[in-house]
Amino acid sequence: MGKTILRFDEISKSFPGVRALDQVSFSVQEGTVHALIGENGAGKSTLMKVLFGLYKADSGTLWYDDQESTIHNPSAALACGISMIPQEVNPVNNLSVSSNIFLGKEMLFGPKLVNQKLIDQEAVRYLEQVGLDINPRTLMKNLSIASSQLVAIATAISDNSRIIIMDEPTSALTEKESNHLLGIIKKLRQQGVTVIYISHKLDELMTIADTYTVLRDGQSVESGTIHDITKARIISLMVGREMDEFYKKKKSQIGDVILSVRDFSNEKDFKDISFDLRKGEILGFAGLIGAGRSELMEAIFGLRGTEHGILTMRGKQCAFKSPIDAIEAGIGFVTEDRKESGIFPDLSIMDNMIMPVLKPFSRGYLIQKLQALVVCGKQIQVLNIKTPSTLQRIKNLSGGNQQKVLLSRWLLTDPDVLILDEPTRGIDVGSKAEIHKLVSELAASGKAIILISSEMPEIISMSDRIIVMHEGRNSGVLTREQATQETIMHLATGEAVNGQENIK
Amino acid sequence: MKSNHFGLKTIMNNGFLEKYGIVFILFGFSLFLSFMSPAFLSVPNIMNVVRQVSIIGVIAIGVTFVIITRGIDLSSGSVVALVGVIIASLSQTRIVMSQPVSMMLHPVIAITIGLVVGLILGVINGVLTAYGRLPAFIATLGMMTIARGGALLYTAGRPVTYLHSVYTQIGTNSIIGIPIPIWIYMVIAVFSHILLSKSVFGRHVFAIGGNEQSSKLCGINVNKTLVFVYAYAGFLSAVAGVLLLSRTAAGNPSYGVGYELDAIASTVIGGTSLSGGLGSIPLCVVGALIIGVVNNGMDLLGINAYYQQIVKGLIIIIAVLIDMNKHAKE
Repeated sequence: MGKTILRFDEISKSFPGVRALDQVSFSVQEGTVHALIGENGAGKSTLMKVLFGLYKADSGTLWYDDQESTIHNPSAALACGISMIPQEVNPVNNLSVSSNIFLGKEMLFGPKLVNQKLIDQEAVRYLEQVGLDINPRTLMKNLSIASSQLVAIATAISDNSRIIIMDEPTSALTEKESNHLLGIIKKLRQQGVTVIYISHKLDELMTIADTYTVLRDGQSVESGTIHDITKARIISLMVGREMDEFYKKKKSQIGDVILSVRDFSNEKDFKDISFDLRKGEILGFAGLIGAGRSELMEAIFGLRGTEHGILTMRGKQCAFKSPIDAIEAGIGFVTEDRKESGIFPDLSIMDNMIMPVLKPFSRGYLIQKLQALVVCGKQIQVLNIKTPSTLQRIKNLSGGNQQKVLLSRWLLTDPDVLILDEPTRGIDVGSKAEIHKLVSELAASGKAIILISSEMPEIISMSDRIIVMHEGRNSGVLTREQATQETIMHLATGEAVNGQENIK
Repeated sequence: MKSNHFGLKTIMNNGFLEKYGIVFILFGFSLFLSFMSPAFLSVPNIMNVVRQVSIIGVIAIGVTFVIITRGIDLSSGSVVALVGVIIASLSQTRIVMSQPVSMMLHPVIAITIGLVVGLILGVINGVLTAYGRLPAFIATLGMMTIARGGALLYTAGRPVTYLHSVYTQIGTNSIIGIPIPIWIYMVIAVFSHILLSKSVFGRHVFAIGGNEQSSKLCGINVNKTLVFVYAYAGFLSAVAGVLLLSRTAAGNPSYGVGYELDAIASTVIGGTSLSGGLGSIPLCVVGALIIGVVNNGMDLLGINAYYQQIVKGLIIIIAVLIDMNKHAKE
């Protein structure tokens, strides 16, 4: 192994309300593959964005080649020989492969007009290095995800990169494509390129990485060489966290089955999912990002089609063609992304709350504003939403308060089944605890709740039962007693797919 | 720095001026013009301005609904022309009862047919946009050309003149001193304001423009709502067609060119955001009045009509700049 090429020295970075990086320190040797490991939200991407100049660290120093790094933007990073390949590569789809590789570097081939022929020739040279045999004039949009990844790597090679950051490069690839990619990475390593590799797939890390660093809650927990560590140890390092900050679900009377799902599948997101949901129960859905949990819920709610599968509600078979049917049947759905599929930013808190229940609030087609104001005012009080007025535009509220408004929205529909997708993501600790308490009380009052969460302590302390999903499949069901961060992580990373019976 | 508690700053900070600034601009223009030309503030002149505005104003109300859903309607002007020629030629259709007695097609029937045509064209716009997933710009651009072509074809390119006086009475008569076109404009504005700001439909319109995905999740039938919105816009264009017909006593396939742009301009000057989710009917009326007052004022001052075009363009640009600034601040 070569000399130290990169050293993070007590790097810290905060965002409003969150300490994303907390004195992260570790070093990377030249010509190695360094695995950066951690749960969702552990700070891996933030750290890499600091390295790439997209974020500025609040404190700490970054040593690159034994010099204090002065990289403040991505073009400076590229000039210093650092490339980043994001999880979802973002090429200019309507340009050719060769144009994408040399985007912004066209002047290398002469000062005036773009010399397409020369560019194509050069492009082929780099494409060969990543084992991609395609016409350089192919439009980017016609490539598969795997090929786009390889083009991104070819671009990084053409930039003479000394360090290439790869963020979950194989998450959308088939096994064969992944193996090809891993082969390319090994070849790069031989040529002296340093790779920082982020992945949730532990098997992959064990084969490709030389060294590792585990991040947890923004802190660097441990670094070392990959030969000296086991998968089990990595998992316990990733999740080893205190749990006392979380509210625990109160005991509730668990009643009859209200919703039952059998063999739900669609083309790509989830496969053969079956479960029963009972009154008074909180059913957790755990898994890594991309495991297909949100897509499954969207299908149940009628927002997304399924290939096959049967949904039964209160013993009656249903087929929800749209959310209209699902709401009618008594399902509520607080989605994962408040901004994309939750709030109406320019409308008032009141309008945001009553949108699914406008009809009951109207007489002769006109909305009874007074009546709505009273009901929404009460919700604001009960959920402790901090706002000067019921008619305040929702976009002026904090994330936590917006989330409470969305919860109110669905409570007003008086659902029997409430689906909560990451209900506390990105909101402050106070609101989080309040939402946990509320959800627990809802279950106690007989509502059936589905809780998706990527936060282990949340899902463990709130759920009566946990279904763990891995790559679209149910990889195991855990009771409250069985559920620990380790058992969940085993199932979520697909480690336990073979040993599943042991847990059951 | 000492802050002036009762000055402009306080008003600005309350967001009051931002929201209703356009009203002050209308009053400002009016005040200025009344100093420059005493004729401006006379009742007949004001009536004249509003009557002139009513045609574009009615279209702009429909366009406001469309733009709030993040759409656009470019077909209005052509619909005005097509509806005009259809009603005009129907007005001259004689129904033979028994030789030699024949009678005129009842005006109510002729006008109703015209309005229904506008409604249907609007429905087609809506279906193409909502169910066909065509960008509204493209769907209504196509309709703009088709309707214009239809109007030309229908009359072989010639205007249809010599309308019965029943038709022209709409444009010239008054009720309690107020011309009928103004009444129609007012009734439509009040109805539309209630529809947009107080009804379930209106909330759905705002919801779709604000966040289409959330709207679906809230159980709103987005496609159906969009079809209604475009149908209403088509219907109001047809109403504008009737008003123009009655003013000019003719149906002409080349009428209404560029009306859609004037309507969009009125809407935008009235603070409706082209990015959807925001807008109001009263302010849309004010927007239309501003264009009307500026045109009228420059007429009164004897300014070359070509300047009017330039000034109108400047007003549009400045209005949208102010609007964007407002959003950037938020």
